[in-house]
Amino acid sequence: MISWKDKKEFWIAGARIADPAAKKIRSGCLLVRKGAIAEIAWQKEVDTDLPVLDAAGMLLAPGFVDVHAHLREPGHEEKETVATGTAAAAAGGYTAVCCMANTDPVVDDPSVVEYIRCRAAEADNCRVYPIAALTKGLGGEVISEYRLLRDAGAVALSDDGRWVENSRTMRTALEYAGMFDLPVVSHCEDHRLTANAQMHEGFQSTRLGLKGWPAAAEEIAVDRDVRLAELTGSRLHLAHLSTAGSVKILKAAKRAGVRVTAEVTPHHLTMDDSMLETYDRNLKVNPPLRGGTDIAALRAALRDGTIDCIATDHAPHTEIDKQVEFNYAPPGMIGLQTAFALLHTELVLTGELELVDLVRLLTLGPAETLGLPGGRLQAGDPADLVLIDTDEEWVFEKEAILSLSRNTPLVGRRFTGRVQGIFLEGNWRSVILDG
Amino acid sequence: MQFKRKDLLGLEYLTAEEINLILETAGSFKEVLDRKVKKVPALRGVTVANVFYEPSTRTRMSFELAEKRLSADVINFSKATSSVAKGETLRDTVENIQAMKVDIVVMRHGSSGAHRFMSEFLDASIVNAGDGQHEHPTQALLDMLTLRQRWGTFTGKKVTIIGDIMHSRVARSNIWGLTKLGAQVTLCGPPTMMPVDIEKLGEGGVSVEYDLRKAVAEADAINILRIQLERQDARLLPSSREYFEVFGVGPEALRAAPEHCLVMHPGPMNRGVEISQEIADGDRAVILEQVTNGVAARMAVLFLIAGGKIEEDDIQ
Repeated sequence: MISWKDKKEFWIAGARIADPAAKKIRSGCLLVRKGAIAEIAWQKEVDTDLPVLDAAGMLLAPGFVDVHAHLREPGHEEKETVATGTAAAAAGGYTAVCCMANTDPVVDDPSVVEYIRCRAAEADNCRVYPIAALTKGLGGEVISEYRLLRDAGAVALSDDGRWVENSRTMRTALEYAGMFDLPVVSHCEDHRLTANAQMHEGFQSTRLGLKGWPAAAEEIAVDRDVRLAELTGSRLHLAHLSTAGSVKILKAAKRAGVRVTAEVTPHHLTMDDSMLETYDRNLKVNPPLRGGTDIAALRAALRDGTIDCIATDHAPHTEIDKQVEFNYAPPGMIGLQTAFALLHTELVLTGELELVDLVRLLTLGPAETLGLPGGRLQAGDPADLVLIDTDEEWVFEKEAILSLSRNTPLVGRRFTGRVQGIFLEGNWRSVILDG
Repeated sequence: MQFKRKDLLGLEYLTAEEINLILETAGSFKEVLDRKVKKVPALRGVTVANVFYEPSTRTRMSFELAEKRLSADVINFSKATSSVAKGETLRDTVENIQAMKVDIVVMRHGSSGAHRFMSEFLDASIVNAGDGQHEHPTQALLDMLTLRQRWGTFTGKKVTIIGDIMHSRVARSNIWGLTKLGAQVTLCGPPTMMPVDIEKLGEGGVSVEYDLRKAVAEADAINILRIQLERQDARLLPSSREYFEVFGVGPEALRAAPEHCLVMHPGPMNRGVEISQEIADGDRAVILEQVTNGVAARMAVLFLIAGGKIEEDDIQ
């Protein structure tokens, strides 16, 4: 595995290739030429004089795309920077990451979009697509300059972390964003129903004496936003869906032809509120970890296509941020580095989700959701790929965390299936294999 | 049997045997409190820090007395605001206190789980004197000690807890303790203060009844909680006079209960809101007995946490 490296043209041979568009995993060989996918030969071997990367036993797929991550720069470089966040992303198999607007300053000015893109280009770990603020200063009242933000490179609009409570502002935002066909990403939470809430409202919140965040607070918000999307005909994307009721509303909306998509996070698919009995602040997330019925509904919605993609909601916080009483700890966990391994271990190997579907939900699904390039295996497209050993057993060690923050409950967890590295425009990036 | 736990975080985490051991030990210490010289050398050389992040009269005095009756060295720290508001983290504050070579930290804190969090960092034992809306184990222990002295056993006994169940750590600890020892618990209060799925808490035998008269009809004891207006982040009640009308325990409500029904209140009382003057001062009330038992129950907890075994010497 040496000769092909840094070559302008080489074959990746012998891998199982996951093609999310064709919904198939087949043996094949893929030719990379000048950073692009040149050709895919659906056969086990190639007869060639070009350098060959022998990827026998590996899974080759389009690089993962995350539509929801917090890279914290500018403003909170003590938690994460664009460089460290994208390093973690690349290690997790991501070739593209969308970063949220709740930075300081907020991404409500084209200069901030440009700043983030510059930082991403310097780091050169993976592609970064900034999401701009839906309203100025995330204030929920005045819409931001969508056209200028888009021209600077913003791919979507969101006040993530806050729901736009004012229905009239939300209608205006959707209508105006519709002119540029920019998706509006909504964090659905009726904040009055969740005031001081610490965790999912249910038996566990009663037991632990922590204020509950009722499922209805999300569903009320989802319902209103879906109705406004229907009213305006604009594109609505629902961030981190977490309840069975939300899935129901989403399903009905899709059936009615509303232009709505939704994401779910790896943690909402694999962790429940009973885990909070240790008061582990790393399990405090927003929306909160839910109960078994919700998890089952989210998994079913992944299988039947109601939910379009998996997004990490990678939310770094420092050890000091989290080393406080539960109700003072900020919500969020990191997830870019572990998303695939966690989902492969807990959903694919248990037979709940087909491997090709997991790949689709991490690639084509998110790319189509926000209308991004990537996520496909098309000749002529940039060779943004991920190479995975689906059999490798490994333990996620704290020292291996590339994110600047280490707020994850998954330290010490044993996984099966490990991302070996990515190709970004044909260039190999790996933290565990030097190629 | 010996008590092997380093901390007392809550009654949920204790077995029935451990709770019984504490109550038995408390019974022995209670005799000490009736003596002329109310002091035993059981915790001589042991240093206890009372760290209170929330205001407290009864619990704090009770712990301090218990510590002094056991001959422990005592230091006090109280701060009305949270550690975060102060700029120093809770972890730093308590680690500093521990660095002064403290053996036991008795802590009250407004955040549920704060003690669990601190137990990750501290070598000193932690005794929970109330955490947020989670547990207040020594209050439940003193409540149970009071009942045990009257009843001898909890099997088949019925206790009704009335009031703001949602914000009450006293209710949660009582539910765990009473059900573990075989009592049945009925909860009564406005639905806006009744947390979801509370019937599933404890080890069976918990029910909810919104009609006060029905709730007390078979009660062997009622425990009346204070309406904690300071813990409410939204108005959950129209007024205190309406509360008294529906859930306040006065002579008329108590007539619905059996003659032998005991009346308890963890204090401080709001006379005329959750309990009437006549009932608070009436002959069924064991409210001051609870306070006396508080010292004995806390002596037992501190003694057992410090690794003590009941020997005659300790209570001589």
